[in-house]
Amino acid sequence: MTPDFLFQAMIYLAAAVIVVPLAKRLGLGSVLGYLLAGILIGPYLLGFIGEEGEELMHFAEFGVVMMLFLVGLELEPALLWRMRIPILGMGGMQVALSAVVLGGLAYLMGLSWQESTAVGLTFALSSTAIVLQTLGERGQLNSSGGRSSFAVLLFQDIAVIPILAVMPLLALGEIGADGEGHGGASGLLEGLPAGLRAGATLLAIAILVVAGRYLVPPLLRVVARARQRELLTGVALLLIVAVAVLMSAVGLSPALGSFLGGVVLANSYYKHELESDLEPFKGLLLGLFFMAVGASIDFGLIAARPGTVIGLVLLLVVVKALVLFVTGRVFGLAQDQNALFSFGLAQTGEFAFVLLSLIQQEGILPQSVVALLLVVVAVSMALTPLIMLVNARYIQPRFGVKESVDDAPPPEIEEPRRIIVAGFGGFGAVVGRFLGANGVRATILDNDSDRVDLLRRMGFEVYYGDATRFDLLETAGAAGAEAIVIGLPSPEQNLRLVETVKKHFPHLHQIVRAFDYPDTYDLMDAGVLHIFRDTLYSGVAAGKQTLKLLGVHAYRLERNGHRFFRHDLAALQTLAGMRFDEDLYVDAVRGSVADLEAQLRSDYDQGAYGEYGGWDIDGMAEEE
Amino acid sequence: MSNVLVLFAHPELERSRVHRSLITGLPQLSGVTFRDLYQLYPDFHIDVAREQELLLLHDFIIWQYPMNWYSMPPLLKQWIEMTFEYRWAYGPGGIYLRGKRVMNVLTAGGERDTYRPNRYNRFPVPEFLRPLQQTARRCGMEYLPPYVIHVTRQLASEQVDRERERYHTFLRGVVADRFDTADWQDIAYANEVLDLPNELR
Repeated sequence: MTPDFLFQAMIYLAAAVIVVPLAKRLGLGSVLGYLLAGILIGPYLLGFIGEEGEELMHFAEFGVVMMLFLVGLELEPALLWRMRIPILGMGGMQVALSAVVLGGLAYLMGLSWQESTAVGLTFALSSTAIVLQTLGERGQLNSSGGRSSFAVLLFQDIAVIPILAVMPLLALGEIGADGEGHGGASGLLEGLPAGLRAGATLLAIAILVVAGRYLVPPLLRVVARARQRELLTGVALLLIVAVAVLMSAVGLSPALGSFLGGVVLANSYYKHELESDLEPFKGLLLGLFFMAVGASIDFGLIAARPGTVIGLVLLLVVVKALVLFVTGRVFGLAQDQNALFSFGLAQTGEFAFVLLSLIQQEGILPQSVVALLLVVVAVSMALTPLIMLVNARYIQPRFGVKESVDDAPPPEIEEPRRIIVAGFGGFGAVVGRFLGANGVRATILDNDSDRVDLLRRMGFEVYYGDATRFDLLETAGAAGAEAIVIGLPSPEQNLRLVETVKKHFPHLHQIVRAFDYPDTYDLMDAGVLHIFRDTLYSGVAAGKQTLKLLGVHAYRLERNGHRFFRHDLAALQTLAGMRFDEDLYVDAVRGSVADLEAQLRSDYDQGAYGEYGGWDIDGMAEEE
Repeated sequence: MSNVLVLFAHPELERSRVHRSLITGLPQLSGVTFRDLYQLYPDFHIDVAREQELLLLHDFIIWQYPMNWYSMPPLLKQWIEMTFEYRWAYGPGGIYLRGKRVMNVLTAGGERDTYRPNRYNRFPVPEFLRPLQQTARRCGMEYLPPYVIHVTRQLASEQVDRERERYHTFLRGVVADRFDTADWQDIAYANEVLDLPNELR
């Protein structure tokens, strides 16, 4: 770790930490914030970073890979299958039309047909990173426009593979520099016959699916059993890196591969844990990626040829938006959703950086043109959050009809659960089963991997993870839930979770299991309203049964049981106030116990109807 | 020979003298099934299927309870509401109670003399039982006059013993079909069918 590296890290983190919150404050969104931070520290403003920006971008592209893994985790295979029509239909139409129109325009501007084809294909793609991040931040991923955007982006990720394969064929006879692995281009399989390559690709996907289904879950279980939180994070990272390596080896895009990996693991019960482990990495790496894009904008070139750059960017955005709009129309998107879809995808994506460097290496286009195009790519990406902001503020509101309820995402995507049960040991399991018996399905969190495994096999829907972590609560849907039942194995953990919930999800009702008096006091101090000492209820039930066996009438025991609960609660509240003075406390406890016993004894004489007993006892006394 | 089902409801048996005595030895009478509802269902959660099954096995039903505020204890009311289901006890297909005989056995704090016009209880005891009489009729049961024991608090313990003897004699008579219930229509209290002196009246 060189001081230089640390300095770089400091610059990036500082820029992000300062600029992004400001941008969010101004309602610009985090993506625009990161881009601005990148521009700020880039070579043309503060000059903290220079040439290494490009290299950094390759590293930061890993954030995109992670993002797609996380997107995949949310998409179960069945859902993906249901989306096959928008993916193939909309995606295919958008890529083909955009490539033809953009290529045609390039041809009209005087490029050769090979050059035009390369440019058209490159610019037909959009930016998965920017679009998904922006949509996610605005909560629009599940609108019909958002889902269409996702479908098209997914198709583009697949389309990159044949496009990468086609590029060398477009080289004008001149054999470019040797095809040494760039980005997603194939490394290991270089020079193999096409048939073998295709076979290897299929094999890699098969490996991915089989490993995801049969190898990874047991691995996660073993690691989880070690109870080292950082190990699980390590496994999550290892998974993604391994998938990326495997996919790169056969020439598939790592992003697509990790997306597939995510889908395979979408049914796993470690899903929430994986999500919350990777989320911060994804966020920071994506941020880094956006900063790198910002820093890579060549303001020198813009200053030299402002008209050309602005003209090309405008042309690109307008043409792509039009093509998208037509596509959305054909597939029946409502107007406001179509606007979101069209403006959202109107930029060129991060794949363009890869493709353009390939184009240059293959000698398809001269370096000067490629440099110009790179600026266009970066500027169009940087403009996207702005365009989407303008769309949301000024264009979409003009369509009177917002997306109607009917168009809302089908509930099976992510059925919001109203209850979270944290800790599925004895207490939580009973609560969970009771809720289930009443038709209320709860999200269950437990961090005993053996138990999770067992419960899973018994048919319960249980997720692995430490429920006291804020991020896990968030992925478990705490924001949308109504109540949380807390029954973790120790009072300390319970208290920690109570505090976390109070801080981040104050809207949740908290139903908390307590163990003994001191623990109950702590929970009362923390402001918990619904406290259940599990031993209290089973203890009284056992006491009732014992006395019943001695011949005491069941209904009398029923009444006394309730009396006992009521008295115990009152005593608890009195005692809570004096528990720091031991003498006082002991006296009060003694008094309280004596009190309760006296009360119950008097019930022996008084029965259910108070001092005078039942109704009309003296038989003739009161005449009217 | 009749099978008798005694459904007993007393919310505070531990303080009752008369009922405790009345039910002593009662479960041992042959032909009698005794059910202490407050013992069986202290939480008021009645096992309807079990109760209906027992009703099917008996042809003479007795509701035994202390009368409080001119009515039966809440658990017995709950029992009737839960057990006498539509399409089982009444309504289409509700035939399972038809032809059974049913009666109330109850204790009342006030003297019998106070249950008449111009006295503070104003109505005779059978008038307060009208809802039960109509319930029985809706279900096709034969409703019999009540067996009533008055001024229970004033009874000396030998009187209580005597009341138990009379009640058990009565029950044995019912089991043995010694009474012709067709003759009961003219009497106010079922106690009168016993050929015994009744100084309480």
